[in-house]
Amino acid sequence: MYDLLTGPVFVLAFAFCVLGLLVRAVWYIKGLDWQLDRVAYTRFPKHGAKGALRSIGHWILPFGSRNWRVKPVFTIVFFTFHLGLILTPLFLQGHAVILHQRLGLSWPAIPMELADALTIAVLITGGIILVRRFALPEVRVLTTAYDIFLLLLTLAPFATGLLAVQNVPGYIFWLYAHIILGEALLIAIPLTKLSHIVLFFLTRAQIGMDFGIKRGGMKGRGISW
Amino acid sequence: MPELQFCTPQPIESKTALDALLADTGGKQYYEEMKHLPVDTTKLKAFLDKTCKSRIRTWLDICAHCGLCAESCFFYLTSNRDPKQVPAYKIQSTLGEIVRRKGKVDTEFMIRAMDYAWSRCTCCNRCGMYCPYGIDMGVMFSYLRGLLFSQGFVPWEMKIGSGMHRVYRAQMPVTDEDWVETCSWMCEEYEDDWPSLEIPIDKENADILYLVNAREPMHYPDDIAEAAILFHIAGENWTVSSTGWEMTSLSMFAGDWEGCKMQVNVVYEAMDRLRPKRMVGTECGHAFRATVTEGPYWAGRRDGQTPVPSLHYVEWVAEALRTGKLKIDPAKKIKEPITLQDSCNYIRNHGLTQATREIMSYLADDFREMTPNKEHNFCCGGGGGLNGIGRYREQRNVGLRCKLNQIKKTGANQVVAPCHNCWDAIRDMEEEYQAGISWSFLKPLLLKMVEIPEHLQPKEE
Repeated sequence: MYDLLTGPVFVLAFAFCVLGLLVRAVWYIKGLDWQLDRVAYTRFPKHGAKGALRSIGHWILPFGSRNWRVKPVFTIVFFTFHLGLILTPLFLQGHAVILHQRLGLSWPAIPMELADALTIAVLITGGIILVRRFALPEVRVLTTAYDIFLLLLTLAPFATGLLAVQNVPGYIFWLYAHIILGEALLIAIPLTKLSHIVLFFLTRAQIGMDFGIKRGGMKGRGISW
Repeated sequence: MPELQFCTPQPIESKTALDALLADTGGKQYYEEMKHLPVDTTKLKAFLDKTCKSRIRTWLDICAHCGLCAESCFFYLTSNRDPKQVPAYKIQSTLGEIVRRKGKVDTEFMIRAMDYAWSRCTCCNRCGMYCPYGIDMGVMFSYLRGLLFSQGFVPWEMKIGSGMHRVYRAQMPVTDEDWVETCSWMCEEYEDDWPSLEIPIDKENADILYLVNAREPMHYPDDIAEAAILFHIAGENWTVSSTGWEMTSLSMFAGDWEGCKMQVNVVYEAMDRLRPKRMVGTECGHAFRATVTEGPYWAGRRDGQTPVPSLHYVEWVAEALRTGKLKIDPAKKIKEPITLQDSCNYIRNHGLTQATREIMSYLADDFREMTPNKEHNFCCGGGGGLNGIGRYREQRNVGLRCKLNQIKKTGANQVVAPCHNCWDAIRDMEEEYQAGISWSFLKPLLLKMVEIPEHLQPKEE
C-alpha cells in the first residue's frame, strides 16, 4: 500500500499537477488577444518584458508593492504562509529520502527542526487567514464554501504530516492520510484556483505588459506598484 | 408586454431617433420600458464565447476573494465600508455571475448589473494596482458595460451619448460646420486684444494638430480661444481639422465599441489627411484615453499607436515651459496653496505623472500634493460617465466626499484640474458641499501668468 501510494499513485498525481498547470498556462497565453485585451503584446517586446518583470518583482517580494506596505501584518502572514507551503514539501528530508529511493536522485533537504517550524507556521498563518475570512466584513462578503474547502485541503497534508512525524498514536493512519491528502492536493491544483501557482506569474506579467506597453510604460517612468 | 419605443438593444443611428430619446426627459419612459426589455440569452452567450477570453475568465476564476482590493475603491471608503462596495464583490456578482451562468440571466439581473456598472465603478482602474494578481476590475467593468450595451441595458444619458457620436461624430450636437464657425467666431471675439490671432483650419503638415472636446465649442468656446492664444504666444505652427476634431468618446463610457471605432476612425482620417508632426489634445482625460490609449486598438492598429505621435495638453504645456516657448512672469506665480487633481485616464492609464508636476513647479510657489497622488490618486468621483447620469446622482455625490477630504487635507482651496470630467466633478462637489474650493483648467491660469512677447503686445496709442 505504502509503495503504491508513494510510487505509481504519486507519479500520476504529480504528473497530473504539472501537465494540468502546463495546459492552463498554454490556454491562458493562447487566449490573450491583442485587440480584445487592447494590448500590443508582441510589438514592443522590450517594454513588455520590462513591464512584466517589474509587475512580478514588486509583488513577489514582501513589502515590494504599495498594498503590501499598507497592510504589513497581513503581508507577513501571507508571505510566511506561502514560504512554508513551498519550502516544506519540496525540501523535507522524508520526501528527499523517497526521491532517492525511487529515482536515485540526491535531493537537497532542510533540517527537520526547520521543517517542523515551517509546518507549524503554515498551520498558524493558515488559521489566521481562515479567521480573517470570517472576521473582516470585506472578506466575508467574498468568501464561499469553495474558498474554505481549498484552504482546508491545502492545510490538511501539513496537519497530518506534522502528526505523523510527532509519533502521535495512529502513526500509520496519519501517514496514509498525509500521503493521500497530499496527492489530492496535487490533483486539485490545476483544477482549482490553486492554479495560481503558475497563473500568478502569468496574470502579473499580463497586467505588467499592459502598463508597460500601453498605459504609460513607453512614456512615463513606469507604473509605481 | 408594452411596446418598446426607446429602450431597445439597437443603438441610436439617426437624428430623429436621437431627438425622440432626448425628448423623453430624464429617461422616464426609457427606464420604465427597460423593466420589460427581454434578455437575448442566446446572443449574450455568443457574445461571451466570442469576446470573453482567457484574460477575463482567468481573472474571474482565480480571484482569491482576499478583499485586498476593498480599500482601493473610493466608493467603498465613502460608503461606510459597505462590503457590497468591494470591487471583487461588485464584479463577481455581476459579470462573474453572467459568465458562470453562461448568459442565462433575466431582466432584473441585467438592470442590477447596469446599476453596478455605472454607479459603483468609474473604471478608474485603481483596484488593479492593489490586487496581488493584478486583476483590473475597471477593465472588467468596462467589458461588462459593452455586454450590457449590446443588450440595451444602459443608462439613458449613455444611450444618448453613444447616439451623439454615431450621428454627429461628437458627444454633443455640434456639426463640423458649427465647429468651424465657432473657431472663426472666437478669432473675431478676441481680435481686439490679439490682432494676428488665427485658428488655422485644415493646414497640412503643421507641427501640431489640436483636438478638442465637443463641450468646448458647445458650452465653453473661450477654451478654444485660450488654446489658440497660448499656441500663438508660443509661436507654434498649428492647426485644427474641420472633420474629426472631437476626441472624446461617450461611446467608451457607454460600452458602444462599434461607436468607439467610428469615432476614432474620423480622427485618424484627419491625422492622415493633414499629416501633422504631432497631435495635441485638450485638457480632457477620457478623450485622451479614447483617442490615444484605447483608440488605436478599436481601429485595428496592431501597434496600438495613433497615426501621429500624440500628446496630452499637459505634455505640451510642460514642454513649452521647459523650452521657454511659454514664460511665466515670476511676479504672477500663484502664492496661495494650490493642489492638483491627477486624472486617472492619463495618469494611471498613460503615465503622465511628471508633466503635471513640472508645470506646477513653474506656476505655483506653494504646491501641495494630495495624498495619495500620481498613479495612486483617487478618481475625482465623477469619472466613467457617472457625472452625467441623473439616475445615479445620489451615489455620485457620496463618492465625491473622497476627493473633498483629499483636497481639504492639503490645506489648499484651489485645485488645478486639467481634465473636463475632474473639473466638472470638483465643480459639482463644491455645489453640493460648499467647502470654498475653487477649480481651474490650466489654460486660464497660464493666460493670467504668461509673459507676452514684445511683438504681440498691444501697441500703445
